[in-house]
Amino acid sequence: MRLSDQIVSLTLEHLELVLVAIAVASTLAIPGAILLTRRAGLRGAMVGFANIVQTVPSLALFGFLLPIPFIGGIGKHTAIIALCLYAILPILRNTLVGLLGVDAAVRESAVAMGMTPNQILRQVELPLAAPSILAGVRIATVTTIGTATIAAAIGAGGLGVFIFQGIASVNSVMILAGAIPAALMAVLADEGLEWIERRCSPF
Amino acid sequence: MIPAASAVLEIRNLSCRIGGRQILRDINLTVAAGETVVLLGRSGCGKTTLLKCVNRLVESTDGEILFQGRLLAEWDPFRMRRSMGYVIQDAGLFPHWTVAANAGLVPKLENWEPEALQKRVEFLLHAVGLPPADFAGRYPRQLSGGQKQRVGIARALAADPPLLLMDEPFAAVDPITRFELQKHFLSLRATMQKAALFVTHDVREALMLATRIVLLKDGAIDVVASPDRFRAAATEEARAFLASLDGIQ
Repeated sequence: MRLSDQIVSLTLEHLELVLVAIAVASTLAIPGAILLTRRAGLRGAMVGFANIVQTVPSLALFGFLLPIPFIGGIGKHTAIIALCLYAILPILRNTLVGLLGVDAAVRESAVAMGMTPNQILRQVELPLAAPSILAGVRIATVTTIGTATIAAAIGAGGLGVFIFQGIASVNSVMILAGAIPAALMAVLADEGLEWIERRCSPF
Repeated sequence: MIPAASAVLEIRNLSCRIGGRQILRDINLTVAAGETVVLLGRSGCGKTTLLKCVNRLVESTDGEILFQGRLLAEWDPFRMRRSMGYVIQDAGLFPHWTVAANAGLVPKLENWEPEALQKRVEFLLHAVGLPPADFAGRYPRQLSGGQKQRVGIARALAADPPLLLMDEPFAAVDPITRFELQKHFLSLRATMQKAALFVTHDVREALMLATRIVLLKDGAIDVVASPDRFRAAATEEARAFLASLDGIQ
């Protein structure tokens, strides 16, 4: 296979890892944060847990997951679970910040005007929190693109394959063939999601 | 006890305790259509809590409240709140909605037809002195404090509720704007005949707007009087409030 074809196929694989991980992390973290705004007691514990996960070095986390039955093993799903765990914190935290940051006077008048909790969530809290939530997704996406290069270490593929091969054979061109597309992907994701963020801003 | 035919709101033996602290003690009060009952008192006297008991933003611990002759507990809380206009100090407008959308919130929740809703909003914006051609499409951040308060009043009046609850609605604007809003409130009251429960710590505002002043002290009613009689009230708390007027002459 030519190098250029290989770059394309590994980039697509990389993108797949990131997209699946971010999609799963978002579907867990956004509703999770909504629940946590209603349960102040659980909030500290959950954010603390997500914080702790974030401090585990990524290579170590991939390693820890390997021997766990059903979750672990060589391949994509282990990598996706690990990437997901990392992506949850920024999304969870930003969603919480956005929802809790809604002006108390706005919330009080929403209740006093006779809106149901569901109407308040959909028509007031989520639209006002949208920029913050999307910023969380953007931060998570950009860091996941970087972290996903390490997934190659457990056989998940992606652009990390080039980087690990390049390191093993002391081949800078090979390392760059993995690093440059990954960096480009991160920049594009950052710009694109920032554009969406601006479009979704309620102001 | 049979409620008077015109009583929109009747509060009987109401007490409220929050976190072991007695906030309100044995409050009895009726508000009839066309009446503005002003709850006057120092900060922390329980006047805002009393107001919030009426639309169940705060749950009272003892006693009962009747709204339009029905116990609050018998009302669906969402319907009940949509039947009470609510105006607060910071207006609490939705920053991501236009003036028209903010003013039309309650009719929208009640699923009014779009044409009826739009007509109502235009009528109300005129009524509060904000020509819709100029203001309907603006966002709250494009309004002055006084204009926001006017939208807040339009929103409270939108579904034509029999009762208005107002929590220091004019406290955060400059004195000239406040005086304009107060005069406007009086002219709206003359045409609309609402019952209003109005919280303030400003004795001048109480004397200007009230048909009846209820002075609260430490969570209990100290004086109930018309503004004229209130000027002659003899309790220590009433004298303290009236003395604050004398400094000006």
